[in-house]
Amino acid sequence: MSDINRSLTEIVGEHYVSNQPEELYFYARDPGLMPPHKPDYVVVPKTVEEIQKIVRLANQNKIPIVPMGAGMALTGLVIPLRGGIVIDMKRMNKIIEVNEKARYVIVEGGTSHGLLKSYLDKNYPRLRHSIPDSPATATIAANVMIHGQGRLTQQYGFNSDMVAGLEVVLPSGDICKIGSCSLSPDWFSKGAPLPDLSGLFLGWFGATGIITKVALKLYPRKRMRDVEIFVTDRGNLVPDIIYELTHTEMVEDINIFTQPLPMIFKDNHHITIFMTGDTDEELEFKKKLIFGALDRFIKGKDGGFMSVGLAMKQTLLEMPQRSVSRFADVKKGGGFEYSGPILLVERYLGCTRKLVELASKYDLAYSAMARIIGRGHCMMFGFSFTFNRADPDMMDRVRKALQEVSDYALVVGGVFWKPTIEEQRMAIEKMDPNTWNLMKMIKKNLDPDGIMNPGNWEVA
Amino acid sequence: MKYEEIIHRCFRCGYCKLTGDYVDFNCPSYRKFRFETYAPGGRMWLIRAWLNDEIQNSERFQEILFSCATCANCVENCVFTFSDDLVNIFIAAREEMVNKGVIPSVVRDYLKNIYVHGNPYKEPANERGTWADGTSIETYDGQEYLFYIGCVGSYDERGQKIARAVGNLLMKAGVSFGILGSREGCDGNEVRALGEAGLFQLLAEQNIALFKELRAKEIITLDPHAFNALRQDYPGLGGEFEVYHYTQILAPLIQSQMMPLKEYRARITYHDPCYLGRHNGVYEVPRKILSSIPGVELVEMDQNRENAFCCGGGGGNFFTDILGGGEDSPNRIRVRQALDTGASVLAVSCPQCAKMLEDAIKVEEMEHRLEVMDIAEIVTRALS
Repeated sequence: MSDINRSLTEIVGEHYVSNQPEELYFYARDPGLMPPHKPDYVVVPKTVEEIQKIVRLANQNKIPIVPMGAGMALTGLVIPLRGGIVIDMKRMNKIIEVNEKARYVIVEGGTSHGLLKSYLDKNYPRLRHSIPDSPATATIAANVMIHGQGRLTQQYGFNSDMVAGLEVVLPSGDICKIGSCSLSPDWFSKGAPLPDLSGLFLGWFGATGIITKVALKLYPRKRMRDVEIFVTDRGNLVPDIIYELTHTEMVEDINIFTQPLPMIFKDNHHITIFMTGDTDEELEFKKKLIFGALDRFIKGKDGGFMSVGLAMKQTLLEMPQRSVSRFADVKKGGGFEYSGPILLVERYLGCTRKLVELASKYDLAYSAMARIIGRGHCMMFGFSFTFNRADPDMMDRVRKALQEVSDYALVVGGVFWKPTIEEQRMAIEKMDPNTWNLMKMIKKNLDPDGIMNPGNWEVA
Repeated sequence: MKYEEIIHRCFRCGYCKLTGDYVDFNCPSYRKFRFETYAPGGRMWLIRAWLNDEIQNSERFQEILFSCATCANCVENCVFTFSDDLVNIFIAAREEMVNKGVIPSVVRDYLKNIYVHGNPYKEPANERGTWADGTSIETYDGQEYLFYIGCVGSYDERGQKIARAVGNLLMKAGVSFGILGSREGCDGNEVRALGEAGLFQLLAEQNIALFKELRAKEIITLDPHAFNALRQDYPGLGGEFEVYHYTQILAPLIQSQMMPLKEYRARITYHDPCYLGRHNGVYEVPRKILSSIPGVELVEMDQNRENAFCCGGGGGNFFTDILGGGEDSPNRIRVRQALDTGASVLAVSCPQCAKMLEDAIKVEEMEHRLEVMDIAEIVTRALS
């Protein structure tokens, strides 16, 4: 047994360290299309102290560390590009505290969205969090780390905007608290009125530290939810429709999907409008305002509300929507990948045209799903292609299509969301040099030996 | 390998290892080992890697494959259209390993014992019916029902007690039934789950031939594992019988007051056996029996019915113990869940679950707070 293996065993116990071919194979890859790279070890720690010891060990020996949640980003962010130690965080999944009146929860760094949802459903039925449509195993820490979005994003912004505090193990192995919790027992703010240091970690993909605790803001959970779909074949009107909808301030979430199948969906833009209410009256009132806001589009014969059947309603109201994962098997092949740049809503039509063009060029099945962020401040536009994992040619075509999406996104003013290594390189190249210099200064000061998820946010 | 055309379709989204309501991870082997490789998605990806020669059949790979408890939580929660085949895929991979003769020694020993002795305990066949000694239970000879016991109820001390409890209740209720005694053979459910398809077929064909020879048409099973084999697998081999779990016979007798029950004051939580629940959809019948007992307060664990957490004994692990040991072994997790309900009795309807959970209670030192009782034992107490 090597010294590193022995040390890791001493830290987490023999059952929770592996350098066996099976774990090295599995943790070398994610479900997306990035090439695999094996770690040297996989560990599954239980405590913050164990993580501190692992980080210190890695520091002493200059071994890379890659923290991992459920590994569902699909863009290779947890693939250990330079080997080292993958830290699977999911054994640290305790819900530590809920402050009902202040509406926040503190969870350990491996807690999943599904677990928190279930816990709130049972114990705090008047509270909710912004659950993303990634699988329920996706961890909260990883989701805020990648600036994920969720069901409350139209109202409150990126899920990372809803962070109310962090505990981070720095590359030195020291614990650092971020936000009000740094000087108060209460975790109500990640920054204000202090300097907001959460930006040193959120969006860095573990390259500056490992999130071991997250405080997340919770929001009122209404007793009822409903969904309506406004359909238009006039893609150029979508930004106007979104503008009107967000102006009502009556909407929980807005997603837009367009897909070629079934045939009646083709060339249509389905603006999916989620609403909540505590009473029938409240829900009806909101619907009335929403319908009223879109009246001119209906009268102009530019679109209308489609009838949403019970089964479809159930599918859409599910949190998270399991149907999102099912897209992976459209080609009976278990795979999909998407590029989801963040960009202005006014770029919507261009994005859909580009997606259709690329799908045709590379002969791929596609789906577009856009999520409105804030009151129309921007959107995530998902250029999604499904692929058959047993068809290398199809996988290659998806890779090529996504490369073109990356180029396109930058041209139309977009910013990559959870970028691949190549997209990070492109972003760095286009970024204001002083911004990149500042990022480099942060990285160099926090992680001078470059052991934290190396390859990410650095120039090769 | 069978199902090879499906293997690559796993997206490893991980729904398979959760409960349907996401309350917790619900895959027994994942709960114990905590590496993704021990979850259904991990198995799918590793089986594919193995078939593609990207990994070899190692001791670790064998542990990963044979620690699956075949509890079917993944079948219940996988979001894809091939979900029904997940457990079958893992069993098919085991079959490949068995056929190549590269399997864990504990699995090999189990299969050999069944082949040589007809039971995993290496006990003589003529002692198979000794559990009924001292009772008035008759040998099957054309009665209405054949009462099929299985290996655990026949030979294991704890299982024998449960077999006697059920047998005595059936007698008390005036049910016309008989047992096979030394003529009974292993049902083969675990043999199939451990990947010895040929031996399973042999056992099943022998049992079917015997049942037919005796003109048995309706069979009551003690053990949900046998219930599963007889109900799900035997018809495909020509064994069409009416198969019941014993709770399905007792429930109507109790509800029609043919077995009037006295008060038994207890707070009880019920553990769904995977082969009665998820594999065969029997969730409410055992609960109806418990709810019919005056004085019983039935409380549920968070993980119940379709979301029940396996005791860790399924898929042959009762015998191989690959999932055993440590505070995260499934049976220890399950008794802690039971204790959390405030119940003083953990009710079961499976001799394998009974033994698994009783062992866990001892290790967790809960003997004075929680008692494992089979439903038949609870009903017996309420009758006395």
